[in-house]
Amino acid sequence: MSNLLDLLVAGLATGAIYAIVAVGFTLLWQTSQTINFAQGEFIMLPAFFMLAAMHAGAPFWLAILIGILLSLLLLGLAFKLLLVDPMLRHGVLPLAIATMALAIGIKEAVKQFYSAEASPFPSIVPAGDISVFGRMVSLQSVGVLALAIVAVTGLTAFLNRTSIGHQMQAAAQNPTVARIIGVPVERMILLTFLINALLVALASLLITPIYLAKFSSGEVLGQAAFVAAIVGGFNQVRGAIAGGLLIGVVDNLAGAYVSTQYRAAVPMILLIVIILFRPQGLLGRSEERTV
Amino acid sequence: MTAIPRALRIALGILVIAGLILAPMNFNRYGLFILSQWAVMTIAAIGLNLTLGYAGQVSLAQGAFVGIGAYSAAILTTQGMPLVAALGVAIVLCFAVGWILGYPALRVQHHYLAFVTLAFSTLAFLVFRNEDWLTKGIYGISNIPRPHIFGIATNKPLPFYYVCLGSLGIVTSAMWWLIRSPWGRAFLALRENPVRALSLGIDTRRYTLMAFAIGSALGGVAGVLYAPLTQYIDPVPFNQSLSLDLLMMVIVGGAGFFFGPFLGAMIAVLLPEWLRFTEGYYLMLYAVAVILLLIYSPTGILGILDRILAERRTKTASALRAVTKSRLETAP
Repeated sequence: MSNLLDLLVAGLATGAIYAIVAVGFTLLWQTSQTINFAQGEFIMLPAFFMLAAMHAGAPFWLAILIGILLSLLLLGLAFKLLLVDPMLRHGVLPLAIATMALAIGIKEAVKQFYSAEASPFPSIVPAGDISVFGRMVSLQSVGVLALAIVAVTGLTAFLNRTSIGHQMQAAAQNPTVARIIGVPVERMILLTFLINALLVALASLLITPIYLAKFSSGEVLGQAAFVAAIVGGFNQVRGAIAGGLLIGVVDNLAGAYVSTQYRAAVPMILLIVIILFRPQGLLGRSEERTV
Repeated sequence: MTAIPRALRIALGILVIAGLILAPMNFNRYGLFILSQWAVMTIAAIGLNLTLGYAGQVSLAQGAFVGIGAYSAAILTTQGMPLVAALGVAIVLCFAVGWILGYPALRVQHHYLAFVTLAFSTLAFLVFRNEDWLTKGIYGISNIPRPHIFGIATNKPLPFYYVCLGSLGIVTSAMWWLIRSPWGRAFLALRENPVRALSLGIDTRRYTLMAFAIGSALGGVAGVLYAPLTQYIDPVPFNQSLSLDLLMMVIVGGAGFFFGPFLGAMIAVLLPEWLRFTEGYYLMLYAVAVILLLIYSPTGILGILDRILAERRTKTASALRAVTKSRLETAP
């Protein structure tokens, strides 16, 4: 029984990280029809920014700041201006392919300029166990879960309560009308890219202590985030959150109760079933087919 | 493409074919391996081009079909069966699985379809890795024999290269015929406007499944050649990045252009080799090159050619118009 609780907490913790990344993924899709196949590499990279900063002698907190700043600049601003903007008018597919190429480029760059080996990464949550309802669970899981909940709640509050958040949603839902009523759509799109960069930097900070920093770790993370986004609903922030948590828990339970070998298959089967029977996702709106 | 005169096109074709047959004769082992790999990947990309470029269905599962083909060949030929039997099994198997994989395409499109097919490649990879009794798992299958064709052994790199090239030739001719058949036109109609195609009486359901099944079967053919080419297979080459690579080949070459896959596979297989002198940087440069190409021409390399030819056509046409106009004006 305590085993199940551990698995649930650990699953919710990784799931919350998937949720953060899936939210960024859906935001990019909503505002600019960008399917970012490099999203996994986007999670992998900020950890290396932070590691490099620490190598240069910066203390951990400063390294975190530098990592976030570099993510905002490179994964937010540069990604938007140099890759998405020139390609957007050509449609979804060429842009998606370009992000696949970007994923290869980022992986190779990390391998070449940093290391092909996995590097340990300090955790911002101290190790140890904590007592929850009389049971001991890993402090790291609880800490990660708490931080992720704070981040997601903060983001939803920002999107739903502030004027800029409302403008962003308007820009995502109907850019033409948003423009007519005076929403600076271009600036809002840029803002979503910056928010995505911030989210992946946060995810990187939370997940790298668990999975180690490695150039190839983005593949698994990115796929988990895709699956979370689709299972929850590609066009809904709350769908992405639910999807992330669900995938985290399902993945962890599958590893324990189904088969370690086919652990990765369970989220995939869930994905196929969801797409076939509820393509809009658990909480998503359905998108109309255009003639 | 029609702006190039027919005679020139035929001459160019003969030149390329002769070059592909004659030039590699004094290539070393490695050069022949790379060129054979190009031929094999081109076959897989031709299949994907049918699914994606002609029928408009995004598939991220082509790598899995190459894997199914490769494992069919590896398992059957190491048991002493001829490669042709393995080819038959692989084609039937991939056709059937591709047909089933096409069903989601009847319900969902675009990115959803991309992710269903991506999920399928992950599942296929897990089966290759975990079903030890069949695939020998992570240890892989070694000593895959190369076939005897008409009694000639193809163990040496050069004869086997001709096997790959010959197969590419057969697949190319079959595809050339298919695209020009009523089926090919139905596939195009499916891509351009599925609703209109349906209203014109095309059974879009059947053709969608057919596009998936034929494209997948060609992935299987490529796999059947891949296994004896490398003579050792393990699950790693057939993970989802092969599917992504194949999709990249089709898009970079020019999706929906007949010769797109040839160029795309050339870029994906040969460019990294040419860039190898840059050592650790070659895949980075490759990624940058692909991104720049797609920014410049989202329809791929043949898209550039198409654009240039179209421009020349409009120029010729406007020149003609100008001439006619001036004649009309000078006429009494």
